[in-house]
Amino acid sequence: MSREPEMKVSIAGVELKNPVMTASGTFGSGEEYSEFTDLNRLGAVVTKGVANVPWAGNPVPRIAETPSGMLNAIGLQNPGVDVFIQRDLPFLKKFDTKIVVNVCGHTAEEYLEVAERLSEEPVDLLEINISCPNVKEGGIGFGQDPKAVEKITAEIRKKAKQPVIMKLSPNVTDISEIAKAAESGGADAVSLINTITGMKIDVVKRKFVLANKTGGLSGPAIRPVAVRMVYEAAHAVKIPVIGMGGITNADDALEFILAGATAVCVGSANFRNPLATSEIVDGIRDYMLQYDISDIRELTGAVG
Amino acid sequence: MKKILYSVKAVSQKELCPGIFDLRLSAPELVQNARAGQFVNVFLNDRSRLLPRPVSICEIKGTGNEKDTLRLVYRVTGEKAGTAELSSYAAGTQISLLGPLGNGFPLEKARWEMPGREPDIAVVGGGIGIPPLLELCHELPCRKTAVLGYRNENLFLKDEFDLAADRLLVATEDGSYGIKGNVLDAMKASKYEPTCIMACGPLPMLRALKQYAAERNIPCFISMEERMACGVGVCLGCVVKSAETDPHSCVKNKRVCKDGPVFKAEEVDLT
Repeated sequence: MSREPEMKVSIAGVELKNPVMTASGTFGSGEEYSEFTDLNRLGAVVTKGVANVPWAGNPVPRIAETPSGMLNAIGLQNPGVDVFIQRDLPFLKKFDTKIVVNVCGHTAEEYLEVAERLSEEPVDLLEINISCPNVKEGGIGFGQDPKAVEKITAEIRKKAKQPVIMKLSPNVTDISEIAKAAESGGADAVSLINTITGMKIDVVKRKFVLANKTGGLSGPAIRPVAVRMVYEAAHAVKIPVIGMGGITNADDALEFILAGATAVCVGSANFRNPLATSEIVDGIRDYMLQYDISDIRELTGAVG
Repeated sequence: MKKILYSVKAVSQKELCPGIFDLRLSAPELVQNARAGQFVNVFLNDRSRLLPRPVSICEIKGTGNEKDTLRLVYRVTGEKAGTAELSSYAAGTQISLLGPLGNGFPLEKARWEMPGREPDIAVVGGGIGIPPLLELCHELPCRKTAVLGYRNENLFLKDEFDLAADRLLVATEDGSYGIKGNVLDAMKASKYEPTCIMACGPLPMLRALKQYAAERNIPCFISMEERMACGVGVCLGCVVKSAETDPHSCVKNKRVCKDGPVFKAEEVDLT
Protein backbone atom coordinates (compact mmCIF):
# COMPACT_ATOMS: atom_id res chain seq x y z
CA MET A 1 0.00 0.00 0.00
CA SER A 2 1.55 3.30 -0.98
CA ARG A 3 -0.78 5.78 0.72
CA GLU A 4 0.08 7.08 4.19
CA PRO A 5 -2.42 5.67 6.76
CA GLU A 6 -4.92 8.24 8.03
CA MET A 7 -4.52 8.54 11.78
CA LYS A 8 -6.59 11.68 12.42
CA VAL A 9 -9.40 11.36 14.94
CA SER A 10 -12.07 13.82 16.03
CA ILE A 11 -13.42 14.43 19.51
CA ALA A 12 -16.39 16.80 19.75
CA GLY A 13 -15.31 18.63 16.63
CA VAL A 14 -11.67 18.95 17.72
CA GLU A 15 -9.35 17.19 15.30
CA LEU A 16 -6.32 15.37 16.69
CA LYS A 17 -3.52 14.41 14.30
CA ASN A 18 -3.47 10.91 15.85
CA PRO A 19 -5.26 9.07 18.67
CA VAL A 20 -2.35 9.20 21.16
CA MET A 21 -2.67 11.52 24.15
CA THR A 22 -0.94 11.74 27.52
CA ALA A 23 -2.74 10.64 30.69
CA SER A 24 -3.43 13.40 33.20
CA GLY A 25 -1.03 13.41 36.14
CA THR A 26 1.77 11.58 34.38
CA PHE A 27 3.06 14.32 32.11
CA GLY A 28 2.79 17.55 34.12
CA SER A 29 2.06 20.33 31.65
CA GLY A 30 4.58 18.95 29.20
CA GLU A 31 7.61 21.02 30.14
CA GLU A 32 9.75 18.30 31.72
CA TYR A 33 9.16 15.60 29.10
CA SER A 34 9.47 18.12 26.24
CA GLU A 35 13.25 17.97 26.83
CA PHE A 36 13.33 14.27 25.93
CA THR A 37 10.43 13.66 23.59
CA ASP A 38 8.84 15.62 20.75
CA LEU A 39 5.45 16.92 21.86
CA ASN A 40 4.66 17.81 18.23
CA ARG A 41 4.18 14.10 17.58
CA LEU A 42 1.26 13.76 19.97
CA GLY A 43 -2.46 13.96 19.24
CA ALA A 44 -2.89 15.90 22.47
CA VAL A 45 -1.31 16.67 25.82
CA VAL A 46 -3.72 16.18 28.72
CA THR A 47 -2.43 18.27 31.62
CA LYS A 48 -2.21 17.50 35.30
CA GLY A 49 -5.43 18.41 37.13
CA VAL A 50 -5.86 22.14 37.63
CA ALA A 51 -7.80 23.53 40.60
CA ASN A 52 -8.97 27.06 41.30
CA VAL A 53 -6.16 27.58 43.85
CA PRO A 54 -2.83 25.81 44.51
CA TRP A 55 -3.26 22.42 46.20
CA ALA A 56 -0.42 20.90 48.25
CA GLY A 57 -1.59 17.32 47.92
CA ASN A 58 -1.06 14.46 50.37
CA PRO A 59 1.83 13.82 52.78
CA VAL A 60 4.60 11.47 51.57
CA PRO A 61 5.09 8.59 50.91
CA ARG A 62 2.90 9.14 47.86
CA ILE A 63 4.26 6.33 45.65
CA ALA A 64 4.46 2.53 45.97
CA GLU A 65 5.34 -0.11 43.44
CA THR A 66 3.04 -3.12 43.04
CA PRO A 67 3.32 -6.10 40.66
CA SER A 68 3.22 -4.67 37.11
CA GLY A 69 1.90 -1.43 38.47
CA MET A 70 2.10 1.30 41.02
CA LEU A 71 -0.04 3.03 43.61
CA ASN A 72 -0.08 6.80 43.76
CA ALA A 73 -1.62 9.06 46.38
CA ILE A 74 -0.28 12.37 45.11
CA GLY A 75 -3.49 14.11 46.12
CA LEU A 76 -3.76 16.35 43.06
CA GLN A 77 -0.95 18.74 43.99
CA ASN A 78 -1.10 21.56 41.44
CA PRO A 79 -0.12 25.24 41.20
CA GLY A 80 -3.68 26.48 40.61
CA VAL A 81 -5.38 27.90 37.53
CA ASP A 82 -3.77 31.36 37.65
CA VAL A 83 -0.21 30.04 37.34
CA PHE A 84 -1.39 27.44 34.85
CA ILE A 85 -2.79 30.13 32.56
CA GLN A 86 0.16 32.49 32.99
CA ARG A 87 3.03 29.94 32.82
CA ASP A 88 2.04 26.47 31.61
CA LEU A 89 -0.47 27.23 28.86
CA PRO A 90 1.87 29.55 26.91
CA PHE A 91 4.50 26.80 27.03
CA LEU A 92 2.14 24.19 25.59
CA LYS A 93 0.97 26.59 22.87
CA LYS A 94 4.47 26.44 21.36
CA PHE A 95 3.76 22.91 20.16
CA ASP A 96 1.63 21.53 17.35
CA THR A 97 -0.56 19.37 19.56
CA LYS A 98 -4.01 19.78 21.05
CA ILE A 99 -4.32 20.90 24.66
CA VAL A 100 -6.73 19.15 27.02
CA VAL A 101 -6.88 20.72 30.47
CA ASN A 102 -7.85 18.36 33.28
CA VAL A 103 -9.96 20.11 35.91
CA CYS A 104 -10.32 19.11 39.56
CA GLY A 105 -12.18 20.51 42.53
CA HIS A 106 -13.68 19.74 45.92
CA THR A 107 -17.07 21.26 45.08
CA ALA A 108 -19.12 22.00 41.98
CA GLU A 109 -18.36 25.72 42.44
CA GLU A 110 -14.63 25.05 42.26
CA TYR A 111 -14.92 23.08 39.00
CA LEU A 112 -17.07 25.85 37.53
CA GLU A 113 -14.62 28.54 38.58
CA VAL A 114 -11.80 26.79 36.70
CA ALA A 115 -13.99 26.16 33.65
CA GLU A 116 -14.93 29.83 33.58
CA ARG A 117 -11.30 31.00 33.95
CA LEU A 118 -10.33 28.77 31.02
CA SER A 119 -13.21 29.79 28.80
CA GLU A 120 -11.27 32.68 27.22
CA GLU A 121 -8.01 30.72 26.97
CA PRO A 122 -6.58 28.84 23.96
CA VAL A 123 -7.52 25.41 25.34
CA ASP A 124 -9.02 22.79 23.01
CA LEU A 125 -10.89 20.49 25.42
CA LEU A 126 -11.61 20.16 29.14
CA GLU A 127 -11.33 16.84 30.94
CA ILE A 128 -13.29 16.89 34.20
CA ASN A 129 -11.77 14.75 36.94
CA ILE A 130 -14.70 13.47 38.95
CA SER A 131 -12.97 10.23 39.64
CA CYS A 132 -9.76 10.72 41.54
CA PRO A 133 -9.77 8.33 44.52
CA ASN A 134 -7.19 10.32 46.41
CA VAL A 135 -9.16 13.37 47.35
CA LYS A 136 -11.50 12.83 50.23
CA GLU A 137 -14.31 15.09 49.12
CA GLY A 138 -15.31 15.73 45.58
CA GLY A 139 -13.36 12.88 44.02
CA ILE A 140 -15.28 9.86 45.18
CA GLY A 141 -18.55 11.70 45.83
CA PHE A 142 -19.10 12.95 42.30
CA GLY A 143 -17.92 9.99 40.30
CA GLN A 144 -19.65 7.05 41.89
CA ASP A 145 -23.29 8.06 41.82
CA PRO A 146 -25.00 8.30 38.39
CA LYS A 147 -27.31 11.14 39.50
CA ALA A 148 -24.35 13.14 40.83
CA VAL A 149 -22.45 12.48 37.59
CA GLU A 150 -25.34 13.73 35.48
CA LYS A 151 -25.81 16.81 37.66
CA ILE A 152 -22.16 17.92 37.72
CA THR A 153 -21.83 17.24 34.00
CA ALA A 154 -24.84 19.43 33.22
CA GLU A 155 -23.60 22.25 35.45
CA ILE A 156 -20.17 22.28 33.84
CA ARG A 157 -21.54 21.85 30.32
CA LYS A 158 -23.64 24.97 30.82
CA LYS A 159 -20.68 27.15 31.84
CA ALA A 160 -17.77 25.68 29.85
CA LYS A 161 -16.83 27.18 26.52
CA GLN A 162 -14.75 24.20 25.33
CA PRO A 163 -16.09 20.67 24.80
CA VAL A 164 -16.29 18.69 28.03
CA ILE A 165 -14.86 15.20 28.56
CA MET A 166 -15.97 13.52 31.79
CA LYS A 167 -13.23 11.29 33.21
CA LEU A 168 -14.84 8.26 34.81
CA SER A 169 -13.86 6.30 37.91
CA PRO A 170 -13.58 2.52 37.67
CA ASN A 171 -14.47 2.21 41.35
CA VAL A 172 -18.14 1.69 40.55
CA THR A 173 -20.50 -1.23 40.15
CA ASP A 174 -21.75 -0.45 36.65
CA ILE A 175 -19.61 1.68 34.35
CA SER A 176 -22.27 1.72 31.60
CA GLU A 177 -24.69 3.43 33.94
CA ILE A 178 -22.10 6.08 34.82
CA ALA A 179 -21.18 6.63 31.17
CA LYS A 180 -24.87 7.02 30.25
CA ALA A 181 -25.33 9.52 33.09
CA ALA A 182 -22.45 11.62 31.76
CA GLU A 183 -23.96 11.51 28.27
CA SER A 184 -27.38 12.51 29.61
CA GLY A 185 -25.75 15.42 31.42
CA GLY A 186 -24.41 16.64 28.10
CA ALA A 187 -20.81 15.38 28.11
CA ASP A 188 -19.16 15.65 24.71
CA ALA A 189 -17.04 12.58 25.48
CA VAL A 190 -16.03 10.30 28.34
CA SER A 191 -12.54 9.14 29.26
CA LEU A 192 -11.74 6.06 31.31
CA ILE A 193 -10.41 4.52 33.39
CA ASN A 194 -8.94 6.56 36.19
CA THR A 195 -6.96 4.62 38.78
CA ILE A 196 -8.39 1.72 40.79
CA THR A 197 -8.31 2.20 44.58
CA GLY A 198 -5.67 -0.02 46.14
CA MET A 199 -3.55 -0.49 49.25
CA LYS A 200 -0.10 -1.82 50.14
CA ILE A 201 1.08 -2.95 53.57
CA ASP A 202 4.71 -3.32 54.68
CA VAL A 203 4.72 -6.62 56.57
CA VAL A 204 8.03 -5.99 58.29
CA LYS A 205 7.11 -2.57 59.66
CA ARG A 206 3.43 -3.59 59.85
CA LYS A 207 2.44 -0.23 58.44
CA PHE A 208 0.64 1.21 55.42
CA VAL A 209 3.20 2.02 52.73
CA LEU A 210 1.33 5.15 51.63
CA ALA A 211 0.76 8.00 54.09
CA ASN A 212 -2.77 8.24 52.68
CA LYS A 213 -3.28 4.48 53.36
CA THR A 214 -4.95 3.96 49.97
CA GLY A 215 -3.85 5.06 46.54
CA GLY A 216 -4.75 4.70 42.88
CA LEU A 217 -3.45 1.65 41.04
CA SER A 218 -2.18 2.17 37.50
CA GLY A 219 0.02 0.34 35.05
CA PRO A 220 -0.21 -2.92 33.08
CA ALA A 221 -1.92 -4.70 35.99
CA ILE A 222 -5.13 -2.73 35.41
CA ARG A 223 -5.24 -3.00 31.64
CA PRO A 224 -7.69 -5.94 31.38
CA VAL A 225 -10.13 -4.14 33.67
CA ALA A 226 -9.74 -0.93 31.68
CA VAL A 227 -10.26 -2.64 28.31
CA ARG A 228 -13.40 -4.32 29.59
CA MET A 229 -14.79 -1.05 30.95
CA VAL A 230 -14.00 0.85 27.74
CA TYR A 231 -15.84 -1.85 25.78
CA GLU A 232 -18.88 -1.57 28.09
CA ALA A 233 -18.91 2.23 28.01
CA ALA A 234 -18.51 2.34 24.24
CA HIS A 235 -21.57 0.11 23.93
CA ALA A 236 -23.59 2.25 26.32
CA VAL A 237 -23.11 5.70 24.78
CA LYS A 238 -22.89 7.35 21.36
CA ILE A 239 -20.37 10.02 22.38
CA PRO A 240 -16.65 9.30 21.85
CA VAL A 241 -14.84 7.20 24.46
CA ILE A 242 -11.19 7.89 25.30
CA GLY A 243 -9.48 4.79 26.69
CA MET A 244 -6.60 4.43 29.12
CA GLY A 245 -5.19 2.10 31.73
CA GLY A 246 -1.80 0.43 31.53
CA ILE A 247 -1.02 1.18 27.88
CA THR A 248 2.70 0.56 27.32
CA ASN A 249 2.94 -0.04 23.55
CA ALA A 250 1.00 0.13 20.30
CA ASP A 251 -0.61 -3.30 20.77
CA ASP A 252 -2.03 -2.17 24.11
CA ALA A 253 -3.34 1.02 22.51
CA LEU A 254 -4.96 -0.98 19.69
CA GLU A 255 -6.76 -3.18 22.23
CA PHE A 256 -8.54 -0.09 23.51
CA ILE A 257 -9.29 1.18 20.01
CA LEU A 258 -10.72 -2.18 18.97
CA ALA A 259 -12.79 -2.17 22.18
CA GLY A 260 -14.34 1.12 21.10
CA ALA A 261 -11.98 3.95 22.05
CA THR A 262 -11.66 6.87 19.63
CA ALA A 263 -8.40 7.93 21.26
CA VAL A 264 -6.12 6.65 24.02
CA CYS A 265 -4.06 8.12 26.85
CA VAL A 266 -0.64 6.88 27.88
CA GLY A 267 0.30 7.40 31.51
CA SER A 268 2.60 5.43 33.79
CA ALA A 269 4.36 3.95 30.77
CA ASN A 270 6.15 7.31 30.47
CA PHE A 271 7.94 6.57 33.77
CA ARG A 272 9.59 3.50 32.27
CA ASN A 273 10.14 5.03 28.85
CA PRO A 274 9.93 8.79 28.22
CA LEU A 275 9.64 8.01 24.52
CA ALA A 276 6.61 5.72 24.95
CA THR A 277 4.07 8.14 23.45
CA SER A 278 5.86 8.71 20.15
CA GLU A 279 6.81 5.03 19.90
CA ILE A 280 3.13 4.17 20.24
CA VAL A 281 2.22 6.58 17.42
CA ASP A 282 4.82 4.86 15.22
CA GLY A 283 3.64 1.42 16.29
CA ILE A 284 0.01 2.13 15.42
CA ARG A 285 1.11 3.37 12.01
CA ASP A 286 3.19 0.19 11.48
CA TYR A 287 0.16 -1.96 12.37
CA MET A 288 -1.98 -0.05 9.90
CA LEU A 289 0.59 -0.54 7.15
CA GLN A 290 0.99 -4.21 8.01
CA TYR A 291 -2.75 -4.95 7.94
CA ASP A 292 -3.60 -2.54 5.10
CA ILE A 293 -5.78 -0.28 7.24
CA SER A 294 -6.08 3.05 5.47
CA ASP A 295 -8.04 4.92 8.16
CA ILE A 296 -7.79 4.43 11.94
CA ARG A 297 -11.56 4.77 12.19
CA GLU A 298 -11.90 1.34 10.56
CA LEU A 299 -10.48 -0.08 13.79
CA THR A 300 -12.64 1.82 16.32
CA GLY A 301 -14.85 -0.75 18.03
CA ALA A 302 -13.96 -3.34 15.40
CA VAL A 303 -13.54 -6.21 17.87
CA GLY A 304 -15.82 -9.21 17.44
CA MET B 1 16.10 16.29 22.04
CA LYS B 2 18.18 15.62 25.11
CA LYS B 3 18.97 11.96 25.51
CA ILE B 4 18.10 10.55 28.90
CA LEU B 5 17.39 6.86 28.42
CA TYR B 6 20.43 4.64 27.97
CA SER B 7 21.01 0.92 27.61
CA VAL B 8 24.39 0.22 29.20
CA LYS B 9 26.45 -2.84 29.96
CA ALA B 10 27.57 -3.91 33.43
CA VAL B 11 31.35 -4.06 33.58
CA SER B 12 31.61 -5.58 37.04
CA GLN B 13 29.64 -6.12 40.19
CA LYS B 14 30.95 -7.07 43.61
CA GLU B 15 29.75 -7.12 47.19
CA LEU B 16 31.83 -4.66 49.26
CA CYS B 17 30.41 -5.91 52.54
CA PRO B 18 27.20 -7.72 53.52
CA GLY B 19 24.36 -6.15 51.52
CA ILE B 20 26.42 -3.32 49.97
CA PHE B 21 27.17 -3.73 46.26
CA ASP B 22 29.53 -1.96 43.87
CA LEU B 23 28.21 -1.97 40.28
CA ARG B 24 30.24 -0.46 37.45
CA LEU B 25 28.62 0.31 34.10
CA SER B 26 30.09 1.33 30.78
CA ALA B 27 28.24 4.60 30.11
CA PRO B 28 30.45 7.11 28.29
CA GLU B 29 27.57 9.22 26.94
CA LEU B 30 25.70 9.39 30.23
CA VAL B 31 28.69 10.32 32.39
CA GLN B 32 29.74 13.16 30.07
CA ASN B 33 27.26 15.50 31.72
CA ALA B 34 27.08 13.92 35.16
CA ARG B 35 28.14 15.69 38.36
CA ALA B 36 28.59 14.82 42.01
CA GLY B 37 25.27 14.66 43.82
CA GLN B 38 23.28 13.54 40.81
CA PHE B 39 21.65 10.14 40.53
CA VAL B 40 20.43 7.67 37.94
CA ASN B 41 17.18 5.74 37.68
CA VAL B 42 17.92 2.05 37.20
CA PHE B 43 15.27 -0.10 35.53
CA LEU B 44 15.13 -3.77 36.43
CA ASN B 45 14.97 -6.37 33.71
CA ASP B 46 11.98 -7.99 35.44
CA ARG B 47 9.33 -5.88 33.74
CA SER B 48 6.75 -6.59 36.43
CA ARG B 49 8.78 -4.15 38.49
CA LEU B 50 7.47 -1.01 36.85
CA LEU B 51 9.40 1.68 38.67
CA PRO B 52 13.07 2.57 38.43
CA ARG B 53 15.34 2.41 41.45
CA PRO B 54 17.05 5.78 42.06
CA VAL B 55 20.72 5.22 42.89
CA SER B 56 23.18 8.03 43.57
CA ILE B 57 26.33 8.31 41.48
CA CYS B 58 29.25 7.14 43.62
CA GLU B 59 32.00 7.86 41.13
CA ILE B 60 32.56 8.82 37.51
CA LYS B 61 35.58 6.89 36.35
CA GLY B 62 37.74 6.80 33.26
CA THR B 63 41.27 6.90 31.99
CA GLY B 64 42.78 10.39 31.80
CA ASN B 65 40.20 12.86 30.51
CA GLU B 66 38.04 10.17 28.95
CA LYS B 67 35.25 9.49 31.44
CA ASP B 68 33.45 6.31 30.52
CA THR B 69 32.38 4.36 33.60
CA LEU B 70 29.55 4.97 36.03
CA ARG B 71 30.06 3.53 39.50
CA LEU B 72 27.05 2.87 41.71
CA VAL B 73 27.33 1.69 45.32
CA TYR B 74 23.98 0.72 46.78
CA ARG B 75 22.35 -1.34 49.49
CA VAL B 76 20.08 -4.34 48.95
CA THR B 77 16.99 -3.52 50.98
CA GLY B 78 15.43 -6.99 51.14
CA GLU B 79 15.52 -10.51 49.70
CA LYS B 80 12.65 -9.89 47.32
CA ALA B 81 13.43 -6.24 46.64
CA GLY B 82 14.33 -4.78 43.28
CA THR B 83 17.82 -4.06 44.61
CA ALA B 84 18.23 -7.78 45.27
CA GLU B 85 17.55 -8.42 41.59
CA LEU B 86 20.01 -5.66 40.66
CA SER B 87 22.71 -7.30 42.78
CA SER B 88 22.32 -10.51 40.77
CA TYR B 89 23.41 -8.90 37.49
CA ALA B 90 26.85 -10.11 36.45
CA ALA B 91 29.32 -8.40 34.12
CA GLY B 92 27.89 -8.26 30.61
CA THR B 93 24.27 -7.71 31.70
CA GLN B 94 22.49 -5.01 29.70
CA ILE B 95 20.71 -2.50 31.94
CA SER B 96 18.39 0.41 31.16
CA LEU B 97 19.14 3.70 32.89
CA LEU B 98 17.62 7.16 33.00
CA GLY B 99 20.06 9.91 33.80
CA PRO B 100 21.87 11.85 34.97
CA LEU B 101 19.08 13.22 37.15
CA GLY B 102 18.84 15.85 39.85
CA ASN B 103 20.77 19.03 40.55
CA GLY B 104 24.05 17.86 42.13
CA PHE B 105 26.11 19.57 44.83
CA PRO B 106 26.79 23.30 44.30
CA LEU B 107 30.59 23.21 44.05
CA GLU B 108 30.92 26.95 43.66
CA LYS B 109 29.27 27.50 47.03
CA ALA B 110 32.02 25.51 48.74
CA ARG B 111 34.52 28.24 48.10
CA TRP B 112 32.75 30.76 50.29
CA GLU B 113 35.41 32.46 52.25
CA MET B 114 34.85 32.95 55.92
CA PRO B 115 36.54 36.02 57.38
CA GLY B 116 40.05 35.07 58.42
CA ARG B 117 39.61 31.38 57.54
CA GLU B 118 40.58 29.12 54.66
CA PRO B 119 37.77 26.95 53.24
CA ASP B 120 37.57 23.50 54.86
CA ILE B 121 34.49 21.67 53.67
CA ALA B 122 33.05 18.92 55.85
CA VAL B 123 31.85 16.15 53.52
CA VAL B 124 29.62 14.22 55.91
CA GLY B 125 28.14 10.82 55.19
CA GLY B 126 26.03 8.44 57.23
CA GLY B 127 25.68 4.78 56.23
CA ILE B 128 24.34 4.34 52.70
CA GLY B 129 24.51 8.15 52.33
CA ILE B 130 28.28 7.80 52.01
CA PRO B 131 28.70 6.68 48.33
CA PRO B 132 27.67 9.92 46.52
CA LEU B 133 30.19 11.88 48.58
CA LEU B 134 33.14 10.12 46.97
CA GLU B 135 32.59 11.83 43.61
CA LEU B 136 32.02 15.06 45.54
CA CYS B 137 35.47 14.74 47.11
CA HIS B 138 36.97 14.27 43.62
CA GLU B 139 35.21 17.38 42.32
CA LEU B 140 35.66 19.77 45.24
CA PRO B 141 38.61 22.02 44.42
CA CYS B 142 39.37 23.13 47.97
CA ARG B 143 40.31 21.51 51.28
CA LYS B 144 37.85 18.85 52.39
CA THR B 145 37.53 16.64 55.44
CA ALA B 146 35.49 13.48 55.01
CA VAL B 147 33.45 12.63 58.12
CA LEU B 148 31.94 9.16 57.82
CA GLY B 149 29.52 7.47 60.20
CA TYR B 150 29.06 3.72 60.07
CA ARG B 151 27.02 1.24 62.12
CA ASN B 152 29.84 -1.26 62.69
CA GLU B 153 33.12 -2.57 61.28
CA ASN B 154 31.74 -2.80 57.71
CA LEU B 155 33.64 0.31 56.65
CA PHE B 156 32.78 0.32 52.92
CA LEU B 157 34.65 2.95 50.85
CA LYS B 158 36.59 4.23 53.91
CA ASP B 159 40.02 3.66 52.32
CA GLU B 160 38.95 5.44 49.13
CA PHE B 161 37.83 8.49 51.12
CA ASP B 162 41.21 8.41 52.88
CA LEU B 163 42.82 9.04 49.49
CA ALA B 164 40.17 11.38 48.07
CA ALA B 165 39.89 13.80 51.02
CA ASP B 166 42.54 15.85 52.79
CA ARG B 167 41.56 14.37 56.14
CA LEU B 168 39.32 11.54 57.31
CA LEU B 169 37.30 11.29 60.51
CA VAL B 170 35.35 8.08 61.22
CA ALA B 171 32.70 7.21 63.76
CA THR B 172 31.06 3.82 64.34
CA GLU B 173 27.91 3.30 66.37
CA ASP B 174 29.34 0.23 68.05
CA GLY B 175 32.78 1.76 68.60
CA SER B 176 34.56 -0.93 66.55
CA TYR B 177 36.56 1.74 64.70
CA GLY B 178 37.25 5.44 65.20
CA ILE B 179 35.06 7.42 67.55
CA LYS B 180 32.15 5.58 69.20
CA GLY B 181 29.05 7.43 68.19
CA ASN B 182 28.00 9.44 65.16
CA VAL B 183 29.48 11.97 62.77
CA LEU B 184 28.91 14.92 65.09
CA ASP B 185 30.75 13.07 67.84
CA ALA B 186 33.68 12.56 65.45
CA MET B 187 33.75 16.26 64.53
CA LYS B 188 33.63 17.35 68.16
CA ALA B 189 36.34 14.85 69.19
CA SER B 190 38.70 16.39 66.60
CA LYS B 191 37.57 19.92 67.46
CA TYR B 192 36.84 20.27 63.74
CA GLU B 193 35.23 23.57 62.75
CA PRO B 194 34.27 23.36 59.05
CA THR B 195 33.51 26.40 56.92
CA CYS B 196 30.75 24.57 55.03
CA ILE B 197 28.92 21.23 55.28
CA MET B 198 27.85 18.96 52.42
CA ALA B 199 26.03 15.90 53.69
CA CYS B 200 24.09 12.80 52.79
CA GLY B 201 22.59 10.24 55.13
CA PRO B 202 19.65 9.40 57.39
CA LEU B 203 17.15 12.10 58.32
CA PRO B 204 18.16 12.32 62.03
CA MET B 205 21.75 13.00 60.92
CA LEU B 206 20.63 15.68 58.45
CA ARG B 207 18.50 17.34 61.14
CA ALA B 208 21.41 17.41 63.57
CA LEU B 209 23.75 18.86 60.93
CA LYS B 210 21.20 21.51 59.96
CA GLN B 211 21.06 22.68 63.56
CA TYR B 212 24.85 22.43 63.99
CA ALA B 213 25.40 24.59 60.88
CA ALA B 214 22.75 27.12 61.88
CA GLU B 215 24.37 27.53 65.31
CA ARG B 216 27.71 28.29 63.64
CA ASN B 217 26.23 30.30 60.77
CA ILE B 218 27.93 28.15 58.09
CA PRO B 219 26.33 26.98 54.83
CA CYS B 220 24.94 23.44 54.90
CA PHE B 221 23.85 21.46 51.82
CA ILE B 222 22.02 18.17 52.25
CA SER B 223 21.15 15.45 49.76
CA MET B 224 17.70 14.00 50.36
CA GLU B 225 15.73 11.03 49.18
CA GLU B 226 12.06 10.11 48.83
CA ARG B 227 10.13 7.37 47.02
CA MET B 228 10.14 8.19 43.31
CA ALA B 229 8.27 7.22 40.18
CA CYS B 230 9.21 9.41 37.19
CA GLY B 231 12.51 10.86 38.44
CA VAL B 232 12.20 13.94 36.22
CA GLY B 233 9.88 16.23 38.15
CA VAL B 234 6.56 15.31 36.58
CA CYS B 235 4.60 12.97 38.84
CA LEU B 236 5.04 14.95 42.09
CA GLY B 237 5.58 11.77 44.08
CA CYS B 238 8.89 12.60 45.75
CA VAL B 239 8.21 15.95 47.40
CA VAL B 240 9.84 17.35 50.52
CA LYS B 241 8.20 20.10 52.55
CA SER B 242 9.87 23.46 51.96
CA ALA B 243 10.25 26.33 54.39
CA GLU B 244 8.90 28.83 51.87
CA THR B 245 6.41 28.53 49.01
CA ASP B 246 8.23 26.97 46.06
CA PRO B 247 8.06 29.17 42.94
CA HIS B 248 7.36 26.21 40.66
CA SER B 249 4.81 24.27 42.69
CA CYS B 250 3.27 27.37 44.34
CA VAL B 251 2.89 25.35 47.55
CA LYS B 252 5.40 24.42 50.25
CA ASN B 253 6.64 21.33 48.45
CA LYS B 254 9.83 20.82 46.44
CA ARG B 255 10.60 17.86 44.16
CA VAL B 256 13.56 15.81 45.42
CA CYS B 257 14.28 14.46 41.92
CA LYS B 258 14.24 17.82 40.12
CA ASP B 259 14.62 20.70 42.59
CA GLY B 260 17.03 18.46 44.55
CA PRO B 261 18.23 16.00 45.65
CA VAL B 262 20.64 18.58 47.08
CA PHE B 263 19.03 21.39 49.04
CA LYS B 264 20.23 24.20 51.28
CA ALA B 265 19.37 22.88 54.74
CA GLU B 266 17.31 25.94 55.64
CA GLU B 267 15.23 25.57 52.44
CA VAL B 268 13.60 22.34 53.57
CA ASP B 269 11.42 21.39 56.51
CA LEU B 270 12.97 18.32 58.12
CA THR B 271 10.51 17.91 60.99
